[in-house]
Amino acid sequence: MGNIIELKNITKTFKDGFEAVKDFNLEVEKGSFVTFLGPSGCGKTTTLRMIAGFDTPTEGEILLNGKDISKLPPNKRPINTVFQRYALFPHLNVIDNIAFGLKLKKLPKDEIRKKVKKALEIVDLEGFEKRKIQTLSGGQQQRIAIARAIVNEPEILLLDEPLGALDLKMRKEMQLELKSMHDKLGITFIYVTHDQEEALTMSDKIVVMNEGKIQQTGTPEDIYNEPKNAFVADFIGDSNMFNGVMTGDRKVRFCGHEFVCVDDIENGTMVDVVVRPEDVIITEPSKGLITGTVDSAMFKGMHYEITVLSGKNEIVIQTTKRSEPGEEVGLIVEPDNIHCMIAEHTINKIESAVNSDYSLDFLDGELKADLTEIIPGAVFKDGVLYNAHSEEIDVSKIKIIISITHSDIEMTDNLDEGLLTGRIINLIYKGDHYSYVVRVDDHEIDLVVNDEDLWNMDDHIGLIIPPECIKYSLKK
Amino acid sequence: MKAFHLNRKQLGIPYAVFLICFVLAPLIVIIHYAFTDASGAVSLANLKAFFTSPNTIGTLVYSISIAVVTTLVCLLIGYPLAYILARSKMKKKYTIVLMFVMPMWINFTLRITALKEILTVIEGNLAFHPFLNTIIGMTYDFLPFMILPMYTTLINLDRSLEEASRDLGAGEFQTFLKVTLPLSFPGIVSGVMMVFLPSMTNYVVLDMLYNSTYIMGSLIGSYFSAYDWHGGSMIALVLLVIILAFTLISGRFEEDEKDRKGGALL
Repeated sequence: MGNIIELKNITKTFKDGFEAVKDFNLEVEKGSFVTFLGPSGCGKTTTLRMIAGFDTPTEGEILLNGKDISKLPPNKRPINTVFQRYALFPHLNVIDNIAFGLKLKKLPKDEIRKKVKKALEIVDLEGFEKRKIQTLSGGQQQRIAIARAIVNEPEILLLDEPLGALDLKMRKEMQLELKSMHDKLGITFIYVTHDQEEALTMSDKIVVMNEGKIQQTGTPEDIYNEPKNAFVADFIGDSNMFNGVMTGDRKVRFCGHEFVCVDDIENGTMVDVVVRPEDVIITEPSKGLITGTVDSAMFKGMHYEITVLSGKNEIVIQTTKRSEPGEEVGLIVEPDNIHCMIAEHTINKIESAVNSDYSLDFLDGELKADLTEIIPGAVFKDGVLYNAHSEEIDVSKIKIIISITHSDIEMTDNLDEGLLTGRIINLIYKGDHYSYVVRVDDHEIDLVVNDEDLWNMDDHIGLIIPPECIKYSLKK
Repeated sequence: MKAFHLNRKQLGIPYAVFLICFVLAPLIVIIHYAFTDASGAVSLANLKAFFTSPNTIGTLVYSISIAVVTTLVCLLIGYPLAYILARSKMKKKYTIVLMFVMPMWINFTLRITALKEILTVIEGNLAFHPFLNTIIGMTYDFLPFMILPMYTTLINLDRSLEEASRDLGAGEFQTFLKVTLPLSFPGIVSGVMMVFLPSMTNYVVLDMLYNSTYIMGSLIGSYFSAYDWHGGSMIALVLLVIILAFTLISGRFEEDEKDRKGGALL
């Protein structure tokens, strides 16, 4: 089947300059169930509103059956919406709410009555015709909102977090019903949610979004098993994330051990490693690939959630067998349960707190930075920092990201000369230079350093970072 | 020692005393005077006189015409204004709302005196257009009372309802007729109440703008200043009944509205 709707290079910038959606590209197959999934503020609702016609894209086009509809008003589109808070008309009863769209189309009365009756049957609320909206429960209002949309036989049904206001049991029930409704009606559904479980249960295709951009598009299985980047892995399901380095052919080093994995990534590449909590096996310390101490064990109904500390790494494990806090355990992960993704950062990023004297806490040292350059609109007055609204900024609540490009760090023998000291834990020749991973002393932070000279594994070195090469940004 | 404690009944005593002194007692006095004659005997003569005298009936009709026209003019000016203000994304809109409401803070006689001067400059002699001047004065006085409740209703209206209407195929004007207008009805009703009732009796506006025709307020005053307590009380009572009937009718709409709000909490 062909594509019913295509979004091409859609960008939406609001008047205040906020870029809600950036270069969004998507093709939706006719009759499919597509879900936009992401945290609040990721642009999923804005995208939906552009498809419905409530917002106009700043750039790009929306093609419905090959025709650009991006400038068409909502009442001219064969698309209907189920709103987040239902948006049922409080001055009309159930039948008039559902018949609202049909009456506008000036259909004969008999036909309207038949269609409304059928819609009420589909949502399982026969006999509710004359009821006032106010007398319905949340779940019933939800069903009426769905009936009001599908009775118009739209080509696409948009659902904006329709189950958000329902309780858990009701939500599960409605998930199944929506799914079977989709199968029965054959209408294309575009569904917006921040609930990953809901998305995984119902969708044919999931579009994971963050900060206005598509992170990954794929089937629920793809997205769960093969997350494309750290955001997707973290957002979908529970996961343990580690910084790792490829150390050989299908070998990855993280948590202080070299694991065998199945991802074929070039030796020496920095990777994000994802291990699902249910994939970690607890065994005796002697049999484990790594060992650790149980920090906490929580009963979760279906399983225990056990947190193990191995060195400075925290590993969350889901298992049916209880372990006692303080117990020494060994941990095993099968190679095909280790998922490595090439780390996106070619820049070292370190999160830093701001001290009360407005200097930045940088590992063991302090950095002086001009906070007025980092925080938009901030000004210093009598030694106190104010924001654009002239309120004093509470620096304990803000975090600054310090970014240093790999090639800007210089290594030295003279430990006193460097801003930081550390040990080389991995090195790899990259043709014209070596790429080192340096573990900073007393910290769980690895920095990637590019250098033309050859150093040895385990060398203790100082790191010189020229102040002008350090970039700062405010963490949101 | 047991702590000194007031129960609900005891707390209500001051209010009960207030109600008896200032609401119930005057009402009883009015009813008593309305249904007795000069000799003190029970009589329906005052009631009969009210509905047979062309003077009283004429005043009632004139009062109602002034109230109806004032209300209509206020509604025609007020609704579009309230709508535009509620919908505008202007940063200054609260200032504009304030500008329309601000006259309420200025002494009423002062405002009408100012209006009189302006009208005199325009018309020359105020006596040429007594009805028109009265309507202008009343509208000027009561417009804020019309705008405020409508503005409040419109600004609290859930915009997603209008989006839902657009989504279901209604154009902008259809959406206004089928969704916005019906849903702003409670605001219209309370605006109408706030304007219609006082404009039936506010004779100060007429006095100050040299309109010598009586309306209900001035009619009652004239009876009392001629020491006809019985006739005056009956007129006051009839007016009270009219206002009560009007309030009951509009109260119905407000009850509907309460239902709606309660329903939204479910």
